[in-house]
Amino acid sequence: MKDMKTPIYLDYASTTPIDKRVADKMFEFMTMDGKYGNPASRSHSFGWDADEAVSISRKHIADLINADPREIVWTSGATESDNLAIKGAAHFYKKKGKHIITVKTEHKAVLDACRQLEREGFEVTYMEPMSDGILDLEKLEAEIREDTVLISVMHVNNEIGVIQDIEKIGELARSKNIIFHVDAAQSAGKIDIDLEKMKVDLMSFSAHKIYGPKGIGALYVRRKPRVRLEAQIHGGGHERGLRSGTLPTHQIVGMGEAFRIAKEEMNKDYEKILQLRNRLWNGVKDMEEVYLNGDFENRYPGIMNISFNYVEGESLIMATKDIAVSSGSACTSASLEPSFVLRAIGRSDELAHSSLRMSIGRFTTEEDIDLTIETVTKAVEKLRALSPLWEMYKDGIDISKIEWAAH
Amino acid sequence: MAYGKKVLDHYENPRNVGTLDKDDKSVGTGMVGAPACGDVMKLQIKVNEEGVIEDAKFKTYGCGSAIASSSLLTEWVRGKTVEQAQEIKNSEIAEELALPPVKIHCSVLAEDAIKAAVNDYYEKNETKKETA
Repeated sequence: MKDMKTPIYLDYASTTPIDKRVADKMFEFMTMDGKYGNPASRSHSFGWDADEAVSISRKHIADLINADPREIVWTSGATESDNLAIKGAAHFYKKKGKHIITVKTEHKAVLDACRQLEREGFEVTYMEPMSDGILDLEKLEAEIREDTVLISVMHVNNEIGVIQDIEKIGELARSKNIIFHVDAAQSAGKIDIDLEKMKVDLMSFSAHKIYGPKGIGALYVRRKPRVRLEAQIHGGGHERGLRSGTLPTHQIVGMGEAFRIAKEEMNKDYEKILQLRNRLWNGVKDMEEVYLNGDFENRYPGIMNISFNYVEGESLIMATKDIAVSSGSACTSASLEPSFVLRAIGRSDELAHSSLRMSIGRFTTEEDIDLTIETVTKAVEKLRALSPLWEMYKDGIDISKIEWAAH
Repeated sequence: MAYGKKVLDHYENPRNVGTLDKDDKSVGTGMVGAPACGDVMKLQIKVNEEGVIEDAKFKTYGCGSAIASSSLLTEWVRGKTVEQAQEIKNSEIAEELALPPVKIHCSVLAEDAIKAAVNDYYEKNETKKETA
């Protein structure tokens, strides 16, 4: 293990390396020797070639999710897709109603787009999921009002990996004639998405979470029944007026190729990642005071969020510098707040401050996982020896009963 | 976040980790911070007859800067009188460790910890202090 390449990358939920096959394909659309034309140029073969490549890519996206290529709108990434879907639908249907429902554990792109709509006069309900991270559908139904126009619920959660029941939420939304948006940035190409079966109206995708390039994404906009949006970016009327701007052919080709490969290799990737996840969990779960955040069954195995009680997340990251992971504690972003996702599922402050998110992907190996187990175990032992909270726990003192002076 | 060399050194080789007998009259214990905020520091000092701190131990739950601040503090208070130890300012700790602005609160916590430990020592030895 001495010659292993460290740090080991276990942050696939943050981004993924571009698959070599994808990078090779992208390069065909950049230089003088390649097909560098503007897909919107109708007057020469440079434009036609680029346009053809864009069409093929559009079909690759549609094929993975069982949709029609005409339902795919290119964007700069899932953040833009979320913004276009939420603001675009809210603005278009505002005469119908001003109420939106979403969940506290959504990605910031969804939450902040909703906050902006609140400033514009919309009303937003932010639902708390159950302690396993899953949304209670009866509670969701109870929150629906006469003037609810949009429900936005993510597929796979980016911090804890739990999977929401998109099919059931879709049935509910459709029965009430409410637009349903799903952020699928973490699920596309990893678990099945069938938009013939799922009654989803709008779905956001990203390329860089699935071995494609950064800076490109897509929004699925359902045609039957037709969903209308108000454009957020205006210009040359590209993408049927929904998203103006010259199409970045090489980026689009990269996303198309990444999605094509994902469709072919999804089952193989999934099985491998599941094995590695089990190896990782079995390697750490027998330590004292270790908690898995989010439901164990209803989850994408590539994202594991584990709290090591009485150890603070940022110091844990420091002690595990041979592995690239992320802390559930947002200390690293200088805000000193524990993960809002872990707080939303009812985790105590200590547990929320003590979490690591480890995400596994296509290129993770068994050796990577073994070194991770060893590193994490050592780090937790070292930091617990330093922790006054661990000492108190060992002495049988109930930390939750102490009146701490907040600072 | 990138850490300074001194923070890393204290983090990787923390000095004076441990626990003193909190029931011993010559030991002052300060516990500051809160789990909810992501930092808890426990600092203990053992004071001899002359009022000099002859031993100091710490345990800290918190980020690398919090661990380094408390580790450094135990080095600094050893050999100082109780009064001198009380004079240690968070700015001196922050400067020594080159803490970035977002980590200044770690040094503030360390200053609070030594003040709390000294107060605890005084409370335990109130009669002694008055007669002295």
